Formats: sequence, C-alpha cells, structure tokens
Amino acid sequence: MKLPFLPNHDDPSFFDFLSVHHPDLTLHGRAAAPATAGSDVMRGSGVVSVPQATTVLGIKYQQGVVIAGDRRATEGFQIAERRIEKVFKIDEYSAMAIAGAAGPCVEMAKLFQTELEHYEKLEGVQLSCEGKANKLGQMVKANLPMVFQGLVVMPLYVGYDVKRSEGRIFKYDLAGGRYEESDYHAIGSGGKDARGTMREHFKKGLTEAEALKLAFLALYNAADDDVGTGGPDLVRGIYPTAKIVSAAGITDVAEQQIRGIYDTMISTRRL
Amino acid sequence: MAMPYYVSPEQMMQDKAEYAKKGIAKGRSIIAMEYVNGILLAAENPSATLHKISEIYDNIAFAGAGKYSEFENLRKAGIRHADLKGFMYSREDVTGRSLANGYSQSLGTIFSQEMKPLEVEILVVEIGHNGHANEMYRISFDGSIIDEKQSAVIGGKSEAVQTVLKEKLPAQSPDLKTALTLCITALDQTGNVKLLPESLEVAVLDRTRDGRKFRRFTTAETKQLLA
Repeated sequence: MKLPFLPNHDDPSFFDFLSVHHPDLTLHGRAAAPATAGSDVMRGSGVVSVPQATTVLGIKYQQGVVIAGDRRATEGFQIAERRIEKVFKIDEYSAMAIAGAAGPCVEMAKLFQTELEHYEKLEGVQLSCEGKANKLGQMVKANLPMVFQGLVVMPLYVGYDVKRSEGRIFKYDLAGGRYEESDYHAIGSGGKDARGTMREHFKKGLTEAEALKLAFLALYNAADDDVGTGGPDLVRGIYPTAKIVSAAGITDVAEQQIRGIYDTMISTRRL
Repeated sequence: MAMPYYVSPEQMMQDKAEYAKKGIAKGRSIIAMEYVNGILLAAENPSATLHKISEIYDNIAFAGAGKYSEFENLRKAGIRHADLKGFMYSREDVTGRSLANGYSQSLGTIFSQEMKPLEVEILVVEIGHNGHANEMYRISFDGSIIDEKQSAVIGGKSEAVQTVLKEKLPAQSPDLKTALTLCITALDQTGNVKLLPESLEVAVLDRTRDGRKFRRFTTAETKQLLA
C-alpha cells in the first residue's frame, strides 16, 4: 500500500531507507556525489584536514563491559576540541566509541542509534547483540568511499548479550570486517599504548571498580605517549568519560568517581 | 459496447463511508485517557504479540482500530516519518501534530481516490512536557481529524464508550490506577463482558520517564496495578 504524504519502504532498516530515499543524508551518498561530478577536483584538493578523535577502549569485567574514551580532538598539530564526547549510548544494552574523523564519526553514532531504535519499533523486538554488531559492520563498509577522501570512521562496539548473559566487544576494519575480542580492546592513535597497559594488567573476572581503574590507567598511559590523546585536564577539570554496559542497562560513570580514580593515580605517580 | 454504469459522487462517497464504518465497528474500542503523569492507552486485545497500541517516537504513541494490515502499515509509515524527521533535524522537532497531519492527508487522499477506502480509525497522542498540554488526535478513515481533550475513543462502539467515560471522568486528571479502572469499566459496560487482565493491552506515555516515554505493561504488571 503506497501512502501519499508518508514515506514508503519495505524493510525495517532505517539505514537502507535513507540510502534509497535520501542518499544525501548518508555519509557514503554525499561522498559519491562530488567524485562523479569531477574526479580532477578531488585529486587537486589534496589531503582533507578535519578534527580527529582518538583512543577509546573497552574492557570486559564480571558483569559486563566498561567502555571509555579521552576527550581530545586534534586537527593537525592543533587541539580542535578539548571536551569532545567519544562514547555514545546507542540503546539500552549497547554503546559505541569512536575514533577517526570526528564529524562523520558522530554522525555514524547517531545513525546507528536511529537504526536500532527504528528496527525495535517496527518489529516490536530488539535486534540480537550479534545482529547489531553486524549492522554496524555494514555501515562501516558503506563508508569506504569516504575513507579514500581521508574521512575514516572507526567504531568500537560493546554490547550486553541478553541471551548469553555476558558483555561483548567488537572491533572493525575499514572494509567492514567485524572481529570479536574476548577480553579488551582499544582503537585510535593511542590504542596501541592503551592495549599495552591492558595486556599487563588485565585478568579474567575483574570487578567493576578494577575494570574502571584499568580503563583510566590505560587512557592515562596512552595520553602520556600519544599527542592525539588527551590526558586528564586538571586545570579545566576535564576527565575522560566512561559508561558501564551490563544486564542493568547502560550507566554513565559519575565524573566525581572518575576524578577520584585519577587523583589516586596521579598521587602515586608523583615523584 | 457495454456502457459503464453512472454512479453519482455523493452515492459513491456514501457507499465508501458505510463500507469503512462497518469494518471499523466490527472490532473493539481503544481508549486514550489523560492521567496525572501522562496518557494511558488501553484496549481489549486477546493477542499478546499483535499490538494495537505502539510507540512512534519519544513522546508520541499510536493506536489503530479496524483492519490490522492497514493500520499496521500506517503505524510503520509513521515511525519512518518520525525517525526521518528526528534524524534530519532534531528529536524535539518531531511532533504529534505533523504526524497526525500526514495521516490525515494520506487517509483523505486514499478515501477520495482509491476504489476501497481504508477500514481504519487511528489515534496519535503526544504527551506535553515543560508545562505544555497533551495532544490527542483522532483520525478517521476519510482523513477527518479531531483533537480531543481528556479522553479519546476509536473503533468498536466508540460513541457508547465515550458517553460512559464522559459521565465518570473526574475534573482533575486521575492517577494511573483510577484511569485504568475507568477504562475497563467503560469497555466492560459497552461490551457486556467482564474483561480479564489477560485480554487487555495497556501502555502509557509517562512524562516522568527519561528519553523514550512509551512503556507497555505486561499482563503481570496490569494485574499488579489493578490489585
């Protein structure tokens, strides 16, 4: 039944609906337009400089997953933004953290959020954790044309799998490949440093407090060695952010608590 | 050559309207009622999975009476309209009024241009927040749209149910339990059967919730509420 004045579409994916009916509102749709108009223009324009967001991580613990990220966005050697938020609540049981070109990253998070809510409302049930992770993979893959223009979007997805009663962590590659991590993972320019810290200190069955402490320690060490990653800004009172994904849903970690963890950490490091 | 029969436009519209009304009256009524924290939606529905009441967006809910396949289609189109608008602009720009207008236009156009009108009557309700009033729109098979206060009824013997409700509605918004009891009484009286919690579909738009305000009650929750 075609309804005049209201959008018509058959499948429950909002992303597919946008791609078909409003390609201008999707990242890849916009990327395709100038490329076909004249690729010479694209070649002449050189490297695009946009704010980059870096270092986010996820750690599994007893009841679920901790997901955290620093607050810095850089543009070349400049700091573009000091309090950017890189960890997003996507739905009741999942969160996503981003690294890469800030604008498209935030947009993908918003689109993914709408995608899952849309599915849930149309079908009356939520997608499975696996289904959500796969859908995000398709969206990353669709972004591939943008990658060639320097607009990389890298998500880290964590979800609580209600059927399996456990937290899960997924990482992606630029071609949309989806890989599940068993314990922890970090992405972004400081990701390697953060992974180094987590490798040293991670053990199975961490408590929530331990996992949070480790997450912030890993971010601290990443900020120590990577210029793209921001450490705790004691002057302005800006601290990394974290969310907890568990059977109880998603909860933000209070700033007061994060501050406390950093105060202890810094005092033990001070010479 | 066979000559086509002439049917006057008046006759045709009348026939269509009669046909649609008959279809809608076959079902059971659905009630939307303002209560102290928002809007309550209640319907008799023996199915636990096929819903007559559903969420559209943060502050907006939908209810459909009549032919399931037809109002289900309208519901999905509404969700698409709302999600598209919220994504394109902002979540606060999605309004019940614009949605009700879209439905009204669609139903009106189908009623006048298609052979078969839709056998549906729908409700679009939006809870107001920050001191704004609730909005309740009742939209008929021909696209006519009426905004209601306090309570709205669609489908089945809607007029009879509305009469019962009008008699008993308190001047002040009732609490949730009182509102639900009132809805059940009205449905009982006009249906002449005692309704059990198992055959009820109950949902609310609750102003006190964070983010998405729609909440569906399970049978157990309905029982607990009425206890």
